[in-house]
Amino acid sequence: MKNSVGETTLAKGADAETSVQPPHVLTRSRLDVRDQFPIFAIHPNLVYLDSAATSQKPQRVIDRLARFYAGENANIHRGVYALSAEATATYDSARAAVARFIGAALPDEVIFTRGTTESINLVAQSWGRSVVKPGDEIVVTEMEHHSNWVPWQMLADSTGAVLRMAPVTEAGELDMSAMARLVTPRTRLVAVTHLSNVLGTINPVRRITDLAHAAGALVLVDGAQSVAHGAVDVRDLGCDFFAFSGHKLFGPTGIGVLYGREALLEEMPPWQGGGGMIGTVALDGITWAEVPMKFEAGTPAVADAVALAEAIAFVESVGAEAIVTHEAELLSLATERLSAIPGVRLIGTAAHRASVISFTLEGVHPHDLGTVLDEAGIAIRAGHHCAQPLMRRFGLAATARASFSVYNTPDDVEALGRGIERARALFS
Amino acid sequence: MSSVSELYQSVILDHNKAPRNYGRLEGEAARHAKGHNPLCGDEVTVWLELEGDVVKDVRFEGQGCAISRASASLMTVAVKGKTIAEVERLFADFHGLVTGEKSEATEALPARLQVFANVAQFPVRVKCASLAWHTMKKALDDTTAAASTVNGER
Repeated sequence: MKNSVGETTLAKGADAETSVQPPHVLTRSRLDVRDQFPIFAIHPNLVYLDSAATSQKPQRVIDRLARFYAGENANIHRGVYALSAEATATYDSARAAVARFIGAALPDEVIFTRGTTESINLVAQSWGRSVVKPGDEIVVTEMEHHSNWVPWQMLADSTGAVLRMAPVTEAGELDMSAMARLVTPRTRLVAVTHLSNVLGTINPVRRITDLAHAAGALVLVDGAQSVAHGAVDVRDLGCDFFAFSGHKLFGPTGIGVLYGREALLEEMPPWQGGGGMIGTVALDGITWAEVPMKFEAGTPAVADAVALAEAIAFVESVGAEAIVTHEAELLSLATERLSAIPGVRLIGTAAHRASVISFTLEGVHPHDLGTVLDEAGIAIRAGHHCAQPLMRRFGLAATARASFSVYNTPDDVEALGRGIERARALFS
Repeated sequence: MSSVSELYQSVILDHNKAPRNYGRLEGEAARHAKGHNPLCGDEVTVWLELEGDVVKDVRFEGQGCAISRASASLMTVAVKGKTIAEVERLFADFHGLVTGEKSEATEALPARLQVFANVAQFPVRVKCASLAWHTMKKALDDTTAAASTVNGER
């Protein structure tokens, strides 16, 4: 059974905390996949709390990359020899694996890109430039990562469209009544994150897609954070586009995905020109290849796509439900542990949240906190997290952020707590 | 002694908590420049008032980490009353100090600036330590800088 990244399931996970041991009892969390990640054997003292920036890689993903290059490497599509045909089939099966993983109707609705950023830029430049007209409106939210904000601002600037922003409440939730007012018949697209990289907030995407579609607008969902934290079903979400990166999903860097509904992709003009994306080329005209090849000019990241499929197999082997339960437990422990430290202010206390915690410590700048924690082997992120509008909303220049994944343990939470206490003592 | 406590020496912690010369300079003779580190969001504004080629007064405002705050504070103390040529030499030597290029000149820096020597072991923090100095240089160099003009530094 799928356990979706949805309001109900995660909230249930977070509430079902009665069996969790108190934080001072250091036990191994019940999900035991840490041994599959070689980085923790090579760096035994590493407390990695920056998975929202990039996840660590399981051995099987690293091995898959090496195995492809060692024994399966050839360019795809045009080769008449067996090795190329096999590489093409492997690449195609990776596309099918991604489609299955996100609940797409067809493998051809999956376009491989370099990552979330490139996926969003593809939509802004291909769909955006051919559809968006002066006076049209694009709605983003105050909690967007710059990668789901800047491409739309650039599009608005170049087309004469207007960028609108749905605000965030003090608790770090999307102001849905404001969203409802902002989405009008002028709206062409709503661009919204599924899961905030700063606040951990899980947005009610289904409600947003219903709202937008009723007004005749499309919805692009930034799934960079959500794909690693529970099952995603693009048809349940009802979105028109869904973008994510391989490297936050235990896969390689340099590979990402754009899901688009088939009918939309068919109508969209190509984005980049080059090899692989054409039907015929002649001086008097060009015809385009079919979707998805139309959007994959040049040799794609074949090995990375294949390794992404391996990463998905890893996620499926752990199971979405187990991931959601494990991370909800860590989130609950961390919230409790950090809240008990004087001077800690948690930023974002949404009812529906994933295992990303932003906070400030009174009298200690997040960068200084990051440096003190680093000495104890604790890796967190400090800064504006590429979300300056959100930082401004909370009147902050920077926060510290700890993000938890499948390989983290209650010990990691305790290490973070002690590290923060040490920084507090140092700067007092 | 751990490397973190070497980085955050008591002088730095003191100037972080209670920065000297914090605030603005008003008046016709004051010039200022803004500095910004887009990577971490640190911001500093440095005000200068020259009398001939001597720094008569200097102030700063801004937000940032302990390293950048203490560096700005200690910089104001170090450059007050110095000539432009002396200030520029101080900056060059300080830059050498925080980037780990030791020389006789860096050894000769005043003790209160020597506390930043360990920044060289933390490459990502070098910009924090030098932001205020770059901004001050910007204000010095811009002879047209009046109190009303804002000079961004990226």
